[in-house]
Amino acid sequence: MLDLLLVTLACFSAGAVGALATAPWMNLSRLVGNAGALLGALGAFALGLAGLVGGNLQLNIPDLLPIGGVALGVDRLSAFFVVVIAAGAIPAALYALGYTREYAGKHSLARMGFAFNVFIAAMILVVLARNVLTFLFLWEAMSLASYFLVMTEHEREDTVRAGWVYFVMTHAGFAALFLGFLLLTRATGTMDFADWGAAAAKLDPTSRNLIFVLLALGFGSKAGVIPLHVWLPRAHPAAPSHVSALMSGVMIKLGVYGIARVAFDWLGAGPAWWGGAILVVGAVSAVLGVLYALVEHDLKRLLAYHSVENIGIIMLGLGGGMLFQTSHLPGLAALALVAGLYHTLNHAVFKSLLFMGAGAILHATHTRNMEEMGGLIKRMPQTAALFLVGSVAIAALPPLNGFISEWLTFQSLLLSFQISAHTVNLIFALGVAALALTSGLAAACFVKAFGITFLALPRSESAAHAREVEWTMRAAMALLALACIVLGVAPPLTLAPLEATVFDLMGGLADMRFDWNAVVAHDGFGWVAPLWIALGLVAFLVAIPLAPRLIGANNRRRYYETWGCGRALQTARFEYTATAFANPFKRVFALLYRPVKELDIEFHPESRYFVRTIAYYNEGRLIFEDALYRPLLRMIQALAREARVLQSGNVHGYLVYILVALVALLILTV
Amino acid sequence: MLTEITIELLQLLMVMLGSPLLVGVIRKAKARLQGRRGASICQPYADLRKLLTKEMVIPENTSWIFRFTPYLLATTMLLSALIVPVLTTRTPLGFMGNIIALMYLFLLGTFFLALAGLDAGSAFGGMGSSREVAIAALAEPTVLIAIFGIALRAGTTSLDGIIARSVADPLLMLNAGHLLAFFAFFIVTLAETGRLPVDNPTTHLELTMIHEAMILEYSGRLLAFVEWAAGMKLFLFLTLLSNLFFPWGVALANTPVALFTAFLALAVKLLLFAGAIALVETLVAKLRLFRVPELLAGSFTVALLAVVTAFFIK
Repeated sequence: MLDLLLVTLACFSAGAVGALATAPWMNLSRLVGNAGALLGALGAFALGLAGLVGGNLQLNIPDLLPIGGVALGVDRLSAFFVVVIAAGAIPAALYALGYTREYAGKHSLARMGFAFNVFIAAMILVVLARNVLTFLFLWEAMSLASYFLVMTEHEREDTVRAGWVYFVMTHAGFAALFLGFLLLTRATGTMDFADWGAAAAKLDPTSRNLIFVLLALGFGSKAGVIPLHVWLPRAHPAAPSHVSALMSGVMIKLGVYGIARVAFDWLGAGPAWWGGAILVVGAVSAVLGVLYALVEHDLKRLLAYHSVENIGIIMLGLGGGMLFQTSHLPGLAALALVAGLYHTLNHAVFKSLLFMGAGAILHATHTRNMEEMGGLIKRMPQTAALFLVGSVAIAALPPLNGFISEWLTFQSLLLSFQISAHTVNLIFALGVAALALTSGLAAACFVKAFGITFLALPRSESAAHAREVEWTMRAAMALLALACIVLGVAPPLTLAPLEATVFDLMGGLADMRFDWNAVVAHDGFGWVAPLWIALGLVAFLVAIPLAPRLIGANNRRRYYETWGCGRALQTARFEYTATAFANPFKRVFALLYRPVKELDIEFHPESRYFVRTIAYYNEGRLIFEDALYRPLLRMIQALAREARVLQSGNVHGYLVYILVALVALLILTV
Repeated sequence: MLTEITIELLQLLMVMLGSPLLVGVIRKAKARLQGRRGASICQPYADLRKLLTKEMVIPENTSWIFRFTPYLLATTMLLSALIVPVLTTRTPLGFMGNIIALMYLFLLGTFFLALAGLDAGSAFGGMGSSREVAIAALAEPTVLIAIFGIALRAGTTSLDGIIARSVADPLLMLNAGHLLAFFAFFIVTLAETGRLPVDNPTTHLELTMIHEAMILEYSGRLLAFVEWAAGMKLFLFLTLLSNLFFPWGVALANTPVALFTAFLALAVKLLLFAGAIALVETLVAKLRLFRVPELLAGSFTVALLAVVTAFFIK
C-alpha cells in the first residue's frame, strides 16, 4: 500500500507543480492541474479500498517535523474516509476540467491548480496522520489551501468577506484543536494517536471533559454544526463550484472523522452527557439547517445550509452511538455509527452532485438567484435530470442512497428503548422527531429548489438563453448520479466494509443483518429491501402506462395554454416565486426567522390612485450572527481597545514589560 | 409460491378496485348526512371510465415531469399495496419495507406531485405545491413519533409484526398509549389524504385548494390516474388504521377461510371509517391554512404523549 500512497502523492505533486510551471500557457496549466488531481484522486480511491480490505501502511519520517516527525498509518476508519474523499475528488477534478475554462484570463488558473492539488492531498493525508504535529500541520495546510481556493474571485466584495469569516472560524477551531491536543498530550505523555486509547482511560474526569469539549468544538466548527456554522453559508457559495462541491461534500466530513476518533478511539467511552450533547447539537443543526435553507434564494447558499442539516443527521447517528456505548450496548452503538458513516458517504456523493449542478446552472445562466431561473429543464435536460437524481437522494426518498442511510439512522434511534433511563429515552424521542421534521422539510426545500429553477417558464433573459454545459461537467455529474443509485439499491456494497470498520474502531458488531435482498435491523425490528423496491418501482412504471393502451383508452393529446382563470396571456410574471413558495414556512416558523417585511409603493406623481412600482422584501434575520457572534465580537473589540493602553510607544515601558515577564516566568517554572 | 402470488394479487386487486368504491361510499355518506340523496356509490368508477375515454389537454409549458407524475403516483400506491398487510399478516412481499419505508414511499409520490404542480407555470399550481409540501413536512414528525409509540409496544416496526403482537394481546387496544397513537395517526390521515378539516376535496375555489390545486391542469387519462392514486392512498391509510390499531379479523395463516374472513372484516372496518370521515367532514369546517400547523402540532403532542405513556406504563 505504501507504493499506492507514493503514486498518489506523486500525481498530486505533479499536478501542483506542473500547474505552476506551465502558468504562461493557460489551457495547459488548467489541464495539468486538474488531470494531476484526477489521477491522484483515482490513486487515493484505490488506496482507500486497499485499506478497507485490511491492508497495512506505516510511514514514519522522523526529522521532517519536530518532536515526533511525520507519522502516517492506515486503519479501516481512515481508509473509509479516504474512499469518501476520493469519491468526492474524482468527479470534482473531472468537472473542473470543463468548469475552470471560464476562469481563463480572469483569474490565475495556475494558482488554482496548485491550491486544488494541495487541498485534496492534504485532506487525504490528514485522515492518515498518526501523531499530533502531522495532523495539525496537514489540517492547517488543508485550511489554507481551501482559503485560497475560496478567494479565487477576490475582486468581489462578498467573496473577500466570506473568505475572512472562513479564515477566522477555521483558525478559531484550529486553536481549540491545538489546545485540546496539547492537554491530551500532556495528560497521556505521548503524541502518538495509537497510544491514546489505552492511556486516556486513566485520565481524571475533569481533564477528559475539558479535552472532549475542546476537541468537539474544534472538529465541530470544521463540520459546521450550529452555532459554529456561520462560515459555511458564506464560503461555500463564494468558492468556484468544484471547490464548493469538495468543501461541502468532503472537507466538512473531516470534522465527523475527528469526532468519531475522539469519541470512539482516543478518549473512549465517556459520560452520558457527551453523547447527549452531540445528539442534541445534531438535532438542532438538522432542523435549523433545513429551516434556513428553505428561505434561501441563492441556490448555492441553499445547498450550503443543507450541508449543515446533513451534518446534523450524521451527528444524530454519532451521538446515538456514543449514548449506546455509555449504556453498554455495543451492538446498537455500532449500528448507530454505521448509519452515521453511511450517511457521510451518501452525503458526499449527492451533495457534490447538487453543487456541480448548481455550478452548471451558474455557468449557463450567470446567476445563482433562483428567482431569475426557470424553464431550464427544456434548455438543459441532462443537467436537470441529474440534479433531479440528487434532489430525490437528498430528500431521502426510496430507492436512492439518502433513503437507506436515513432509514438506518431512524432504526438506531428507535431502538433506544433498550436503554432504561428516562431522560435518555426522551432525548432519543426528540431526536426521532427532529429527524422526521428535517426529512419532510428537506423534501419541501428540494421541491422548491428543483421546481423553481428548472420547471415552468424562464423568469429572466439569461435563463431563456441557457445552454447545456460541456461533456466533462455532465460526465462528472452522471458518475455521481450513478453512485447515488448504486449505493441506494445495493447497500451491502457499503455496509460490509462499514461493519468491519466499526468493529475495528469500537469492538461492537453492528446489530443488523444484510444481504443483497434486504437489510434487517436488530433481529426483525425493521426490514427494508431497497433492491426489491427499486425493481418494483421500475416494473410498475413500465406496466402502468401500457395498461390503458391495452384496454383501448384514448391516447390523443392536445397541447394548449395553461389555464389562466380568464386572463389573456401567460408570462413568467404569473408563475409562483421562490419567496412565495417559502412563505408558509416563514409564517409557521416566524419565531425562528423573525422576518422583516418591507413594502415600498411608488405612486404616480399626479395621483395616488395610480401605482407605479411595488417592491416587497421579506427577509429573515440571522439569529446566530446577531445574538451570538456580534456581541462576542463587540466584547473582543472592547477588550482590545482597553488593552491598547499597553501599547504606549514608550521604549522604557516595553523594557519594563520584558523584565516583568521574565521574572514571572522564572518564578512559575523554578 | 402459488399461494404467495395469489395473496399478493388479491391484495393488489382489493386496493385497485376497492378505492373508487371507498371514495363513493364516503361521498354517499356525506350526502345523506347533508340531507341530499347523493350519487350512487359506483359513481367514481363511472368517472374514471369517462376520464379514460377523454382527450388529454397538456399545458405547453410543462416538461416530462408533468406526464410522468400520474404514473409514478399509481406506481407508489400499487407498490405500497403489495407491502401493506391488507388481508394477512403473512404478506409475502412484506419484507420489502417496514412502516417507515412505507411513509417514505408515500413521500416520493407527494414530492413528484408537488413538482408537477409547479410545472405548468400557473400560480394556483405553485400555491398548491407550496401548501401541500408544508403540510406533509409538518405531519412527518407526528407520523414517526406515532410509529415510535406503536413500535415500543409491539417491539418491532415491521407491519406484520405489529399486527401479530396486537392480535396476541387483545387488551392492548384499550391501552391509553395505543388510543393516543391512533388519534394522532387519524389526524395525520386526514392531513395526508386531503380531507376536511385540512383540505376540502370538493371545493371549487382555487384559493382554498391544496391537493386539487396541484392537479388543476390534469385531464383525461392523466387525471384518471391521479384521482385513482389519491383514492388508493386513502384506502391504504384507512387500511393501516384498521389493521394496525384494530386487528380483529386479519388472517394469521394463509388459508382461504382466514382470507375470506379478513376480507369481510376489512370491508366492515373500512365502512365504519368511511362513515367516521363523512361525519367529521360534515361536522367540522375547513381550517384556515395557518391553523393547520396548530392542528398538526396538537397531534404531535398527542403522539409524544403516546410514547411517554409507553415508557412509563410498561
